[in-house]
Amino acid sequence: MRFLRQVAVITAKDLRAEMRTKEAINASFAFAIVILLILSFAFDPDEETTREISGGLLWIVFTFAGTLVLNRSFARELPNDCLDGLLAAPVPGSALFLGKALSNFVLILAMELVALPVFGIFYNVRWTQQFWPLMLVVTLGTWGLTAIGTIFSALTVNIRLREVMLPLLVFPLMIPMLLGAMRLTAMLVAGQPIAGDETVWLRLLFGFDIIFTALALVLMETVLRG
Amino acid sequence: MSAVAVDCAGVWKFYGDFPALRDISFQVPEGRCLALIGRNGAGKTTLLRILAGFSQPGRGQTKILGNSPREPDARRRIGVLGHGIAIYDELSALENLRLFGKLYGLPDPEQAARRWLERTGLERVRDGLVREFSRGMRQRLAVARALLHDPSVLLLDEPFTALDDRAIAVLQSVLREALAQGRTVVMSTHQLREALELATDVALISRGRLAFHGERTAEMLSDPGWVYARYGEG
Amino acid sequence: MRQKVMIGMLVLAAVILMRNLYVISVLPDEVNQGQIFRIIFFHVPAAIIAMTGSAVALIASVLFLIRKDFFYDSLAVAVTEVGLAFLAVNLVTGSIWARVIWGVWWAWDARLTSALICWVLYAGYLILRQALDEPTQRATFAAVYSIFAFVDVPIVIFSIRWWRTLHPQPVFFSKSGSFPKDWTSALVVNMLALALLYAVLTMIRLRQEQTQREIDYLRRTAHAM
Repeated sequence: MRFLRQVAVITAKDLRAEMRTKEAINASFAFAIVILLILSFAFDPDEETTREISGGLLWIVFTFAGTLVLNRSFARELPNDCLDGLLAAPVPGSALFLGKALSNFVLILAMELVALPVFGIFYNVRWTQQFWPLMLVVTLGTWGLTAIGTIFSALTVNIRLREVMLPLLVFPLMIPMLLGAMRLTAMLVAGQPIAGDETVWLRLLFGFDIIFTALALVLMETVLRG
Repeated sequence: MSAVAVDCAGVWKFYGDFPALRDISFQVPEGRCLALIGRNGAGKTTLLRILAGFSQPGRGQTKILGNSPREPDARRRIGVLGHGIAIYDELSALENLRLFGKLYGLPDPEQAARRWLERTGLERVRDGLVREFSRGMRQRLAVARALLHDPSVLLLDEPFTALDDRAIAVLQSVLREALAQGRTVVMSTHQLREALELATDVALISRGRLAFHGERTAEMLSDPGWVYARYGEG
Repeated sequence: MRQKVMIGMLVLAAVILMRNLYVISVLPDEVNQGQIFRIIFFHVPAAIIAMTGSAVALIASVLFLIRKDFFYDSLAVAVTEVGLAFLAVNLVTGSIWARVIWGVWWAWDARLTSALICWVLYAGYLILRQALDEPTQRATFAAVYSIFAFVDVPIVIFSIRWWRTLHPQPVFFSKSGSFPKDWTSALVVNMLALALLYAVLTMIRLRQEQTQREIDYLRRTAHAM
């Protein structure tokens, strides 16, 4: 019970601080829109092509823009040595991980919910035909990104070239999840329901999320305190 | 026979193969105030960070009030004031203290926060964002944060460094009060005068080793460099 | 003593390889592929050995986190680096084979793709190490990353395989199926020789890492004077 309360306090703290400065939100929203814009010039796709590439395109946007939020996650604890304040508190590493992961998840999801309509407008795509299954896939994929991204944000916070190292380390690890998410998103945006063989990707997303969340919960303490 | 508040047994800290701390062993009984002195790079901050549970020793153990500081519950009774103030610029003074109050599991974080804002003279600016505070105000708020949860043991890293007059006065009064209430203090220091006044014991860390550990004498107070001269290296 | 063991292993590996190269060269040409099939005797063992290396790296990483003994950290980096080289051999031989048989330098078949992703994962391990100066932190974070990478490997392999099952492409090496008996012994012997080579290279790298640590220690001690 105390654990959950601590998680809630940390999530609330991160979100409140973010709402005051809006640094991560503004950056990731803007970045998402810029990428969508550039890719529409790069490919200038017709309707058929757009449906095929929608999965890959959207997840490129989500992961790159999401990285801006993830980088900020532990970077915001650097000024004034705020991280020491959190380490001194009777909060286990796993609670700190979960609190920050939830806050990151909310922020990245918000960016995605803005990017989707913009995608629909720029690329002239009706993407809402399989809305709730699409939301499920987006949620699962975003959690995978968030779980790995949050622990690696802690790991890279003091490294040289942090902004580059985080995506460099996290993206390869996420390839299986991205594969599933991209395939399912492409199908759902095109209006096809997930059925038959393709459900294996849903299972992959679930399994991926569970495995890496568990791993992050266990290893967070080691990353924070050595 | 008072209980042991801080127990350091055979602590080594390695950076790679290089020992930053070598075989540090000492105890601080409850209610005492230990001044940790030493040159820059001697290992004071490293030792304090290990005592606070921020990093692990390579060898040996530390116990605060009988428990390892890596146990979350043990940290409930420890107050830490490091080099950085550990206060969020984007939140107000009250929000900061309320946040830490909740993290430490206080039954009434709001009340504790307000009490400490008064104690440190920040009641009038409680809703101001820390970003707008002066340096002295931030330092006083940091003191409030460190003591908010009534810790039995205080770990302070060069607390008097770069404080303005008002902040020094607040800190001294707070520490005197804490010691009078039987709390234990371990503080590292360069500002020998202010620290030695409060200290009951002194320990000298020299090149990672504990070169001296004993009671603070009147001699040390009148000539702070005495310990260095007698026990330090170079 | 250690050096003699290493040289002994190296000589043994060379001898086995020489003999085996002869055996391989007199094998009759495979029906569909012509000469190039012989590359499989290096392509497959390289991958298997690299995979074993990643398991050793995992064990070494976990042991470091538990015991804090830098020997395990040195072992982890040595095993990973040499494994990375072997995995590169696997990728390059696969690429050469693809060029000869299919006319393309690369194709996204399940096994090559998985191998490439694993290569990138473990290259990330080395890049992470480079970015961290302080040895204890470097060893700790590298160990954490190594654990994440190892857990990811089977997920990568399965997900790529499912991807290719749902969207098949021409297959490169037909699985087991028609693997002639006389190939098996040659393959195993080659694997032995390459494993010996792997062990020797790891020992060299391990020794180099330990020497580097000693230098760092001496340097820090000198600065502290």
